[in-house]
Amino acid sequence: MMTVEAPPKVDKGRVAINREICKGCGLCVEACALHVLALSHEINRFGYHPAVYQGHGCNGCALCFYACPEPAALEVYKLEA
Amino acid sequence: MSEPLYTLKCGKAGCFYPEYERKADLKDQTHYCPGCGHGITHKLMAEAIDELGIQDRVILVSPVGCSVFLYYYFDVGNVQVAHGRASAVATALKRARPEAIVISYQGDGDLAAIGSAEILHSANRGENITVLFVNNGIYGMTGGQMAPTTPVGAKTTTTPRGRNVWNDGYPLHISEVLSSLEGPSFIERVALGNPKQILQAKKAIRKALEAQIKGLGFSLVEVLSPCPTIWKMDPVEAQRYVREEMTRIYPLGAKRDRLAEAAPRPLPEAPPPLEEIPRLLKIDTRPSPPSARHLEGLEDRIKIAGFGGQGVLLLGQLIAEAGMDDGLEVSWLPSYGPEMRSGTSNCHVRLASKPVDSPLVTRPNILLAMNEPSLRKFLPDVADGGLVLYNGQHVPEDCHRPGVRVLAMPFAEMADSIGSAKAGNIVMLGALMALHPVLPDEKIDGALKRLVKTERWLELDRAAFACGKNAALELESCHA
Ligand SMILES: Cc1ncc(C[n+]2csc(CCOP(=O)(O)OP(=O)(O)O)c2C)c(N)n1
Ligand code: SF4
Ligand code: SF4
Ligand code: SF4
Repeated sequence: MMTVEAPPKVDKGRVAINREICKGCGLCVEACALHVLALSHEINRFGYHPAVYQGHGCNGCALCFYACPEPAALEVYKLEA
Repeated sequence: MSEPLYTLKCGKAGCFYPEYERKADLKDQTHYCPGCGHGITHKLMAEAIDELGIQDRVILVSPVGCSVFLYYYFDVGNVQVAHGRASAVATALKRARPEAIVISYQGDGDLAAIGSAEILHSANRGENITVLFVNNGIYGMTGGQMAPTTPVGAKTTTTPRGRNVWNDGYPLHISEVLSSLEGPSFIERVALGNPKQILQAKKAIRKALEAQIKGLGFSLVEVLSPCPTIWKMDPVEAQRYVREEMTRIYPLGAKRDRLAEAAPRPLPEAPPPLEEIPRLLKIDTRPSPPSARHLEGLEDRIKIAGFGGQGVLLLGQLIAEAGMDDGLEVSWLPSYGPEMRSGTSNCHVRLASKPVDSPLVTRPNILLAMNEPSLRKFLPDVADGGLVLYNGQHVPEDCHRPGVRVLAMPFAEMADSIGSAKAGNIVMLGALMALHPVLPDEKIDGALKRLVKTERWLELDRAAFACGKNAALELESCHA
């Protein structure tokens, strides 16, 4: 029997966090209903545990962006239609 | 299969500076604590500015408080002002530049405590400005003192046993208070308790700015905002506190929204052109002629004192204005009680060839005493080598001072004999100019012409000046 690989599910969004600007407040983690963000175990140069994206599963809703107090810590990207 | 293409949807707003120049290691970061609501409020304000396309028109007023450094972040016009005065300064900015979009950003200590008068009257006048009022219920910058907005029972450094209404009053509901006024066009209270509330806050800030753009008058958004550091909570807990506790004390929602029906306010009247101002204020702008004589090293500190009504202040003014006309540096500082007549008054005059540092005369080298109490009061202050003119028949026994020349002449009586005792001050001026000739007669006459309003008095004062001058010269020649 021939099997066809299901096309990889493409995420609707992506999030980029600058680990040196992030202050590790965790508000983005709290905001994300899909639980794709977490605070890292590592620390950045200011001694904060920066937020990290697990790498997949983001839908681009941008709620994390609005929760984040740092203007340049977190960016949300959307899949081109 | 080609890589899926992602485009930036939300990132750093365009009206933030690309880099912040306050500190080398903070060029990409704000100075706020982790989880502070100021950062979120900044982002919302920045997005609204970008979306409305008003970056080039915005003048942002930074307060005193944790957000004092606002001007390091926003690439707009910036003014940083004294504690509590932001809405008053915003008023001035808006009136002077009606085309600008003026935003007054203030904390709750700044706006609701020290600045409560300013905000009340700006709102009541319906000034066409937008206020972003960040209410975190505490003084953050100074380490956690109670604000008028602090919740009842909250422990702060100034309410260590918790805020007690009998001692400290109730949380001040600024949005509701201001909504009782006619002036405001838009007031809404929002919160930063979760992303949904934050998105609502964004809408409100945009609406408030739109009200200003349309010229509808005063708009304000009160933002219930976390201060995790002073609240001693982690950021997530502080956010929950905003959502669950702060919003119970401070109900959210629009308190005033006249965006649909309000008519634009009339623009303020255009100010007169700068060149017109001296004429309107009746200021003589002709340059004073350079001093004929060179009074190198002149440093007169003159104290003139007497009863109100004896012309003490006018005498000082005459000396100062004549000095000014003669190209000297001068100052005149009146000091008097609330009464117009009787009571005592005195003034401080400085005449100098170099700029005057302070208009205050504490150690006069010349004392003009129109009565005995003034003589007694100020004689001890006179510097050694000084000159004292006293309005009296003779110097009281105990009012002689070695190293100080004290001269008595009945100035008021002399003036009375030529027309009116009220010109005693000018007789005294004549005598002073005989004994201490630092100002040319024509400069004194010029000042008299300007300050004395009627022809009759001008003639009398001219005679009084001559009378005093001659009498003093005669006295000198007897001494010689
Ligand atoms: C005239 C004057 N009085 C007092 C202070 C001290 N002071 C600085 S910030 C502040 C309170 C700030 O609180 P708030 O406006 O709530 O701002 P936050 O720091 O909480 O953002 C005070 C009292 C000052 N700088 N100037
Ligand atoms: S954009 Fe939405 S889904 Fe993606 S990480 Fe942020 S909150 Fe989660
Ligand atoms: S909200 Fe912003 S600053 Fe806070 S952890 Fe997330 S990315 Fe970092
Ligand atoms: S003290 Fe409070 S208001 Fe000030 S920066 Fe820190 S969290 Fe923000």
